[in-house]
Amino acid sequence: MSQTILQIEQHARRMRREVIRMIALAGSGHPASSLGLCDVFATLYFEVLRYNPRRADDPERDILVLSAGHAVPAQYAALAEAGLIPEAELATLRQFGSRLQGHPEREKLAWLETTSGPLGSGLSEAAGMAWAIDKKRFVYCIMGDGELDEGNIWEGAMFASKYSLGNLIGIVDRNGIQLDGDTENIMPLEDLRAKWEAFGWQVLEIDGNNVQSFIEACAAARAETERPSLILAHTVPGKGVSFMENDYRWHGQAPDEAQVRKALEGLK
Amino acid sequence: MTEKANLRSAFGRGLVRAGETNKNVVALVADLTNSVGFSEFAEKFPERFVNVGVAEQNLVTVASGMARVERIPFAGAYAAFSPGRNWEQIRTTICINNLPVKIVSSHAGVNVGPDGATHQALEDIALMRVLPNMVVLAPGDAVEAEQVALAMARDARPNYVRLPRSESPVVFDSTHKFQIGPAYKLRDGTDVVIFTTGTMTAQGLAAAGILAGRKIDCEVVHIPTIKPLDAKTILKSAKKCRCVVTVEEHQVAGGFGSSIAELLGEKLPVPIHRIGIYNEYGQSGAPDELLNYYGLTAEHIAKQIRKFLK
Repeated sequence: MSQTILQIEQHARRMRREVIRMIALAGSGHPASSLGLCDVFATLYFEVLRYNPRRADDPERDILVLSAGHAVPAQYAALAEAGLIPEAELATLRQFGSRLQGHPEREKLAWLETTSGPLGSGLSEAAGMAWAIDKKRFVYCIMGDGELDEGNIWEGAMFASKYSLGNLIGIVDRNGIQLDGDTENIMPLEDLRAKWEAFGWQVLEIDGNNVQSFIEACAAARAETERPSLILAHTVPGKGVSFMENDYRWHGQAPDEAQVRKALEGLK
Repeated sequence: MTEKANLRSAFGRGLVRAGETNKNVVALVADLTNSVGFSEFAEKFPERFVNVGVAEQNLVTVASGMARVERIPFAGAYAAFSPGRNWEQIRTTICINNLPVKIVSSHAGVNVGPDGATHQALEDIALMRVLPNMVVLAPGDAVEAEQVALAMARDARPNYVRLPRSESPVVFDSTHKFQIGPAYKLRDGTDVVIFTTGTMTAQGLAAAGILAGRKIDCEVVHIPTIKPLDAKTILKSAKKCRCVVTVEEHQVAGGFGSSIAELLGEKLPVPIHRIGIYNEYGQSGAPDELLNYYGLTAEHIAKQIRKFLK
């Protein structure tokens, strides 16, 4: 395994510890998807995205849209890990006056590309950006799988396909859970690959907790210039915390003190 | 009051002019290119025009994305669907984001005519004026509508503009200079001030003409910028006349008249009568027939004002 991959995995591990700490401190938040997406966020910030660490609005930057806004603790942790915001600021998550709002808010923090939380809007926003910018720049958009219940997503998917947005890369966090339960019980989503393909997208199905696979999928997505690409990233919700993994009840609940100790023990 | 013109086509001409001077101006429609007056822009700037299909949520979220990367998107649809269907997307991705998306909504009011209640938006002012950061506009005629398009392209805030379907009386000549913000006093008077918005201004002016014959001296103030309100001009006229009437082709609940009542209630409580739609939907019919039925013609307005003054 290359040095790069090992380093990204270490970043992701540190980020998971921060995610647990900050959600516990805030007393509310969404640990399952935040933990599940740490590998994706670490890989994006340390390998995939082209950005200028001194200038959030660099006109040549790649753009990352977090459509599933509730997973933003993972993004805040990545921003701190990459040195773009102070690590100490993570403790202010969800608190009065903080730049780290409970759901991402662009005007509060320049490193965020949009405001999200209400689900289903991000893909269309990302598509609008991809349409408008130089095609040498890429737009990445992270969606939850439960979020695919929203009709707005599929409207955006059609739009991206119609306008051949080869510089748009969707990432679906396929963790199988949503607030009320397992996705296939709440509103069956399968066959997701076939659905996205039918909408005219290139689909790359990977283990979303495998850094190497995600890097390769991003490269394959960028190589496809004629149509948008969708990375169907199978992740483990609550990844790294044994008692949270694959349990939908951790979608939107903060751990208590004892649970934090146990979680951090496992994330050493 | 014989000459009439279409505000949608006029707005479309303004949009083309904005596009000519600023290459960041782009236009989006939800399968209603001609209906919202965007055809000429679409023909002239095909590379700056997109059609998102019958998908109003997509319309405004794609526009939000474009605005995030320095474009100035004009997103056109019918008011009943946008903001009728996509209000939350406008709130989150345009207003909380504070991006300069220009929401252009035609078919506002009962003047839509035969299409009936579903297509006659009477709630859009209420939906839009409650949103922080949003500027709410309703031009009075075609002359003003063309200028509104140009002003919107220059404004850095989220904007909403409501346009009627029907042709409406021309109120202004070419000397009119529209700006976002000011209210325009069109007639001096002392007995009562009529605050009007959108194409109700022509009716308000005509009503003032009728009442002049009965020795009632009306001031008429046209308010194309519903939000933010030109409080100074409004308070000045209200202070002078001590008696206020508002006219809008919209629900009085939460609409234009309500916003005037909110202002006066706090700053200068004077008798006020709001003319508009009272807690009901529209219906099919000819535009004039409907304006008459809902009491939004000059004759009805004059009659209501006389009753109010008694």
